[in-house]
Amino acid sequence: MTGDITQATEKTPTDAPETRTGGRIYRPLTDIVETDQGVSMMLELPGVGPDHVEITLENRVLTVRGKVEQTQPDNLQLAYAEYGEGDFERAFSLSEDFDPDRIEAEMRNGVLTLTLPRSAETQPRRIAVRGA
Amino acid sequence: MLYPIRGRRNDPFALMRSMMHDLESSGVWPSTSRVTFPAVNVWQGPDAIAVTAELPGIEADNVEISVKGNVLTVSGERKAPAIPEGARWHRNERGYGKFSRAIRLPFAATDDKVEARMINGVLRIVVSRPEETKPRRIDVKAA
Repeated sequence: MTGDITQATEKTPTDAPETRTGGRIYRPLTDIVETDQGVSMMLELPGVGPDHVEITLENRVLTVRGKVEQTQPDNLQLAYAEYGEGDFERAFSLSEDFDPDRIEAEMRNGVLTLTLPRSAETQPRRIAVRGA
Repeated sequence: MLYPIRGRRNDPFALMRSMMHDLESSGVWPSTSRVTFPAVNVWQGPDAIAVTAELPGIEADNVEISVKGNVLTVSGERKAPAIPEGARWHRNERGYGKFSRAIRLPFAATDDKVEARMINGVLRIVVSRPEETKPRRIDVKAA
C-alpha cells in the first residue's frame, strides 16, 4: 500500500451535539496561511454544495457551517464504511483587525477558501517627520 | 524497548498509547488512519457496486481510476496550494501529495463498466456487474 500523502488528521467529530436528524457534525480540516495583506483559510467540506455553506461573523467569531448532501447511490446498500457523512461546523476567533465587509468566500471541489483582508487602519503606516 | 510515559503521569492509558504509536509507526501493525487515503465507503446492490471517497480540493482531472480483473484502483495527487512568498503557515491540517488505493471488487469487471463522477469533492465510482458474473438461479425440476 502506498501512503505518500501526508495525511495529518482523521475526520473528527466535533464536541457539538448532533443535528436534528441525528447526524453527526464533523470538524472541517483547515489550513490557515497569513500574508501581508491578510489571512486566507482553506476548509475541507466534502459533499457540501456552494449553496449549503453558511458563514457568519458575530462578535469576532467566524463560524462556518456546511450541510452535506448524502451520497447514497440508488438501490445500493452500504456494505463497508471507513468514513462517516455528516454536516460540518467550526468556529474561529479572529483578532479585531479584519474588515468584515471585505471577507470573501469561494467554494470549489469541496474546499471553502476564505480571504480575510486586513482592514486599512491596521496596515502599517509610515509617519513622516518634518524638519523644524 | 523502553516506553517512557509521555504526558501526564497519572494517565493510565499513556503507556498504552505510546506503545500503539510505536506499533503504528513501525509499519508492522496495519494502521487505518495514516496509511490509507482516501477513506472509502462501499455500497453494494444486485446489479452494481459503488465506491465513494472524499477527495476535497482535488480536480477531477487529477484522479485516475482503473479496473483490472476484480481490482479497482484509485490514484491521484492533491497539489499544495500556491502560497505567495513570505507567507506564514498558522495551521496545516490538510494533507498533500500522491495517493493510491486499491479496492477488491466481489466480481471481475472491465473499464467500460465503470462510471465515475466527482461532485463537491466527493468521488463516486459505480461499477456495474457484468451479466456473466451475476448469480444465476437454477430451477429445480419436479420429477
